[in-house]
Amino acid sequence: MFRDIRLDVAAGQWTCLLGASGVGKSTILKIFSGLNDEIVLNGTVSASDGGLTNRVTLMAQDDMLLPWLSAQNNVLLGARLRGERPDAARSRAMLAKVGLVGKAASRPRALSGGQRQRVALARTLMEDRPVVLLDEPFSALDALTRARMQELSAELLSNRTVLLVTHDPGEAARLGHAIKVMTPAGIEDFAQPNGTVPRPMDDIGVLTTQARLYSRLCRPS
Amino acid sequence: MKVWAGALASGLVALAVWQGVVSATGLPRFILPGPGLVGETVWESRALLAEHGLITVTEVLAGLLLGIVVGCISAVFLAASPLARTLVGPILVFSQAIPVFALAPILTLWFGYGLGSKIAMALLIIYFPITSSFFDALMRTNRDWLDLARVMGAHPARVMWHIRIPAALPGLASGLRLAAVYAPIGAIIGEWVGASKGLGYLMLLANGRAKADLMFAALIVLAAFTIFLRAGIDKLANRILE
Repeated sequence: MFRDIRLDVAAGQWTCLLGASGVGKSTILKIFSGLNDEIVLNGTVSASDGGLTNRVTLMAQDDMLLPWLSAQNNVLLGARLRGERPDAARSRAMLAKVGLVGKAASRPRALSGGQRQRVALARTLMEDRPVVLLDEPFSALDALTRARMQELSAELLSNRTVLLVTHDPGEAARLGHAIKVMTPAGIEDFAQPNGTVPRPMDDIGVLTTQARLYSRLCRPS
Repeated sequence: MKVWAGALASGLVALAVWQGVVSATGLPRFILPGPGLVGETVWESRALLAEHGLITVTEVLAGLLLGIVVGCISAVFLAASPLARTLVGPILVFSQAIPVFALAPILTLWFGYGLGSKIAMALLIIYFPITSSFFDALMRTNRDWLDLARVMGAHPARVMWHIRIPAALPGLASGLRLAAVYAPIGAIIGEWVGASKGLGYLMLLANGRAKADLMFAALIVLAAFTIFLRAGIDKLANRILE
């Protein structure tokens, strides 16, 4: 599927991998998260300080919440699945961080799309892994909710190694400490705008970068 | 409330048709008794019907309970182990080609004339619907949830307990609804083949003595029990789906 690919993700910051649908972004995330049963990998995935096994957490476009569990029990799922003692107090603290105080007992179907994605973010925080893989986590949300979720995630996941896969140039321009563009030809670096992440939506540098990313994606590689 | 009114009305229609056929054809009471006579028999033979009914109810409930337990364990075991699927799966499919009714005589030989052979019969007849519906649902777990669990470093047994089984409960519920209807059939067949007690036995006995009214009385008691059983299982199924 791919030719030679090299992707360096710097530690402790957000790297945005931007590409059109079907270019293989999600395949890269699968390889990083160790879900590459059906992928033949001629190469290596490694971290500068050891392997990636059990150091990764995943958040995707689908919130992947279990519909029969309350928000709090969804946040505690990882602990239950590993046979650890569920830390109820910490799970409530995580829900509070994402602004869902009082929603701990709600089932996913009683929550809005934005709230469900907040629960997914709380679950991701609860896992407390150094590497966070985000697979278009905001693309199913309406524009305003998406902007708020981007800011909240950038704030709560700062100082972690984040690889955000997205097809939204605006999102990459707002959130990337580093921006990589993926085309069928490979992965290339792209200059990110100035300013601290999350950058304001109306920042002129963000808008210029967004426009340049659009035209880069439209250009045949 | 509307449902009950509808059921009552349709019951009255059925009784009217029944009485109409009896009056119009003038069939003798030992061929087709009217609803009035059958009602009278249900009341007069209530002790007899209760005695035999209790036996059948015990057989059905025991068979149902055992069948559910054994069926659920089989389904989880098959879903958890690819080796078990390879080894046991084809046997299970083949065993379904054998009509369970054909096994009734041998079950009577093995488990005797008492409750044992009827419980075995009810168990066998519900085993496959429960196992297959639950197993199919266990194999259809949302891939994203399984991937998430893997990234979380989950233990397979815990994935089964916390994700696959809860996600498969709707499948189990539809198996349970089928089982509630099948289990009484199993018990009655068992009683026909060899028994000295139970509603199936009573029906054969009444038939042999040209007591069609008693035959119908036993049938109505059996149907009423099956309806209650079905409603009870429905309640249970809705509760586990909550």
